[in-house]
Amino acid sequence: MEKLKIQLGNLEFQNPVMTASGTFGFGLEYEDFFDVQKLGAIIVKGTTGEKREGNPAPRMCETPMGMINAVGLQNKGVDYFCQHTYHEIKHYKTNVIVNVSGSTIEEYIKVAEKINELEHIPAIELNISCPNVKKGGMGFGTDPKMAAEVVEAVRKIYKKHLIVKLSPNVTSIAEIAKAVEGAGADSVSMINTVLGMAIDAEKRKPLLSTITAGLSGPAIKPIGLRCVYQTSKAVKIPIIGLGGITNATDAIEYILAGASAIQIGTQNFVNPRIGLEVVEGMKEYLDRHNLSHIWDIKGVI
Amino acid sequence: MKHCDNFIVSEKKFLNQSFYKLKLKATKPLPEIKAGQFVEVQVNSDSKVLLRRPISINDVDYQTNELSLIIQTVGQGTKELAKISIGEEVNLVYPLGNGFEVKGESVLLIGGGVGIAPLLYLAKQFNAKGVKADVLLGFRSQEQMISLDEFEKCANVYVSTQDGSVGEKGLVTENSIFSKSHDIIYTCGPTPMMKAISENALKNNIECYASLENKMACGIGACLCCVQNTTEGHKCTCTEGPVFNAKDIIW
Repeated sequence: MEKLKIQLGNLEFQNPVMTASGTFGFGLEYEDFFDVQKLGAIIVKGTTGEKREGNPAPRMCETPMGMINAVGLQNKGVDYFCQHTYHEIKHYKTNVIVNVSGSTIEEYIKVAEKINELEHIPAIELNISCPNVKKGGMGFGTDPKMAAEVVEAVRKIYKKHLIVKLSPNVTSIAEIAKAVEGAGADSVSMINTVLGMAIDAEKRKPLLSTITAGLSGPAIKPIGLRCVYQTSKAVKIPIIGLGGITNATDAIEYILAGASAIQIGTQNFVNPRIGLEVVEGMKEYLDRHNLSHIWDIKGVI
Repeated sequence: MKHCDNFIVSEKKFLNQSFYKLKLKATKPLPEIKAGQFVEVQVNSDSKVLLRRPISINDVDYQTNELSLIIQTVGQGTKELAKISIGEEVNLVYPLGNGFEVKGESVLLIGGGVGIAPLLYLAKQFNAKGVKADVLLGFRSQEQMISLDEFEKCANVYVSTQDGSVGEKGLVTENSIFSKSHDIIYTCGPTPMMKAISENALKNNIECYASLENKMACGIGACLCCVQNTTEGHKCTCTEGPVFNAKDIIW
């Protein structure tokens, strides 16, 4: 499918469809449903320097056309990933990208250095936008100076493709994107979840253990599109768009807004085969509109 | 192996004011399904309800290739699902979770409210192994009860209602069968009920397994939303449960 083949920086993708970190496990969880190697990339669960238990339950509630999660980066730590999980997924014939998270610059560096050593991981997605951790996370992603500082530090030691995942919980996401571009990011992905909240009126209590947490799903698609559109006018590095994509049409909208590629998140929970359906749907769109390549419509708005 | 397929609604029956039963016919042969496993039901692709609903499997009929679910209308999703008609399609991700291990000679199955659903299939499996289980079912009142005919065919049935309108009055832990000795207790129902049963069982050195109903999104271990705190840290209710050994649960 030449029409869907893309290159971001030095990295080739057989198609622009990736699965968002935290919504697709390590790919293994979805192997029963389709050949996950048909995706452009699998972005695996956020990985930190040490094992994390994440936040207490309740961690999830559904809201109109969306869900709020407060998982809080539960993961087994980078060493476990390198020694165990990596060996289960390194054979995938598509890009496996690790989402790198942390509380301090040192932690981001430590994780990135270890992932840099893994032959079959051609890129990392630096998560400076997780709203569900007390320290670090979104703190780095809401201040242009801090964002630039962490990206610069990781850039020095990480030699492959560096994606930086940005938060929409800022006044100007384009400003943050410019800062990380200046600091050496190869691309940006946006948006991480939107900080939200849900309350049980009868019990007069919050529905999540952290009170505020990350909203995802179709409800946030207009915000994601707006962020991609604004950022595409401000930076030269490619943008990977995400937020509320449920079908190929949504994915096309992100490309029209200026994204070079897209990620599917929450919809993986609803339709485990959605990744493949979006790849096929994008191809069908291009055929129907007589277009020779997906980027023919990139950023036309 | 997990599957994602459309099923056809072959039967729909309201069991009381808030419970309904759906019989769903598979379009290909059903895989082996364990008692205590569950399905993730897609409410309706046109609905404003986004996520699937995890529903325990009430019964399996390999001959007719049908699954039964008992669903309680609690929110928007289960309310919309109740409007489905016979002949319509419904999409399931199945079978999910670890399920119950069918073991023991003298077993007590305790269900509360809609938590009685998976215990029918479990009681049938015990019966098939030649073990007639004691099944204790708790309801708020007679209005909340459903027909227990199918349970009576394969198990010894005992009932507790909080108002005493049927069976013994009070909580299931106050029912006289609860104090009789059993090798293993299996339970599914409201958290306070399962917690009380588990604590009691552990105190009396009885093995006890509880099927939890934590809020869930993906159902396949990807999102880590449904975790239960255990002696070994957070565990996914969807993949490492829903059935947990009571001694591992930190309530």
